[in-house]
Amino acid sequence: MDGGSGMKVVHYLNQFFAGLGGEEAAGHEPVRIEGAVGPGRGLAAAGLPVDVTLACGDDHFGEHEAEALARLLNWLEEEEPDVLVCGPAFGSGRHGYACGSLAREAGRRGVPVVSAMTPDNPGVLAAEGAAYIVPTGSNVTEMRTILPVVAALAGRLARGEPVGPSEEEGYLPRGLRKNVLADVTGAARAVDLLLAKLAGDTRTEVAPSGDRVPPPSAVVDLSRATVALVSEAGCVPQGNPDRLPSRHSNMWLRYPLGGVSSLGADAYESVHGGFDTAAANDDPNRLVPLDAVRELEAEGRIGKLHDVFYTTTGVDTPVAAAAKFGQEIAAELHEANVQAVILTGT
Amino acid sequence: MGIPTVFVTALPTIAQMVGANRILRGVSITHPTGDPSLAVGDEHAFRRRIVERALEMLATDVEPTTVWEVSE
Repeated sequence: MDGGSGMKVVHYLNQFFAGLGGEEAAGHEPVRIEGAVGPGRGLAAAGLPVDVTLACGDDHFGEHEAEALARLLNWLEEEEPDVLVCGPAFGSGRHGYACGSLAREAGRRGVPVVSAMTPDNPGVLAAEGAAYIVPTGSNVTEMRTILPVVAALAGRLARGEPVGPSEEEGYLPRGLRKNVLADVTGAARAVDLLLAKLAGDTRTEVAPSGDRVPPPSAVVDLSRATVALVSEAGCVPQGNPDRLPSRHSNMWLRYPLGGVSSLGADAYESVHGGFDTAAANDDPNRLVPLDAVRELEAEGRIGKLHDVFYTTTGVDTPVAAAAKFGQEIAAELHEANVQAVILTGT
Repeated sequence: MGIPTVFVTALPTIAQMVGANRILRGVSITHPTGDPSLAVGDEHAFRRRIVERALEMLATDVEPTTVWEVSE
């Protein structure tokens, strides 16, 4: 039975949007819910009735991806939907990653998929071009304006209507190449691009490839090496004196470790806005393993621990900003003759 | 050239996607280098083991985007 629209629609959401709970429910197993839930009702109001909602906790998906996907795909295959909508995930990396991963697998099974998230969300890469992803900002208040766009696009896909290229239709480029016949020869287009570039307008017909670094050589003698700790877990001194943002950070910070042998719960905390920090705040060494590193340093397993640690919050961080943080921190580490780094992430 | 870096994370697939080369699977999203379900002494020993694995990875040449588990 479909929602009466003649098409079968399945909607994937995380635990929060599915009304299962907040961060404390991030470990929720996959569930199948009849009809629309939460934002799914907005899709229905915008003309896309939802027949079945699938939901999963963000942490559960991230930590048990294969099993979670298997269960979700099982339910998906039972429904034989005309379209799958995932999210919107906005800036949530874990939700976006689940949306993108499910989209990729659904795409392999021939199901058209629409999603919505920030362009820098890791879910975009995870989707591997399988989904039509509507770009959003980080603010969930955009839900009201995004749902009708998602509903319209999903409706067209469900009805088998053609969808034009990304720049015309307003979804993120999927990295797929479609052969089209141009009016102008390649030679003429190349000259046009060159003339444009000389005039200060750099354009390209081919997207640049990613930035890959070959693995640096192994440390030859750890017992003589200086090792540094870096983290994106939002670990800061109690009270967050330098106001590290909880999300969408525009900064990284460095704090001295001289004389500090453990990150005590009374002296440090995590301000990361992307996960439940209760366990971490009970023992911040669970995010940045200072106590263990100090022990091994005392035993001579490493030469020494670098005298500062670097910290930022890695949630909803624009890729360009994160890359800049990495370059700046790496430059300092290089300057300080650090030979190895332990980087922790959540 | 380059400073070997081991990335301890419970989401190794994302780390591979963005090109991290030495990746050690962390315990959980909310506590990559700890486990609140263990008694204090046991958790401390476990964290030590995690750091030892991280150091081992730093001292090992790897192929691009290699993922290690803490216990192997």
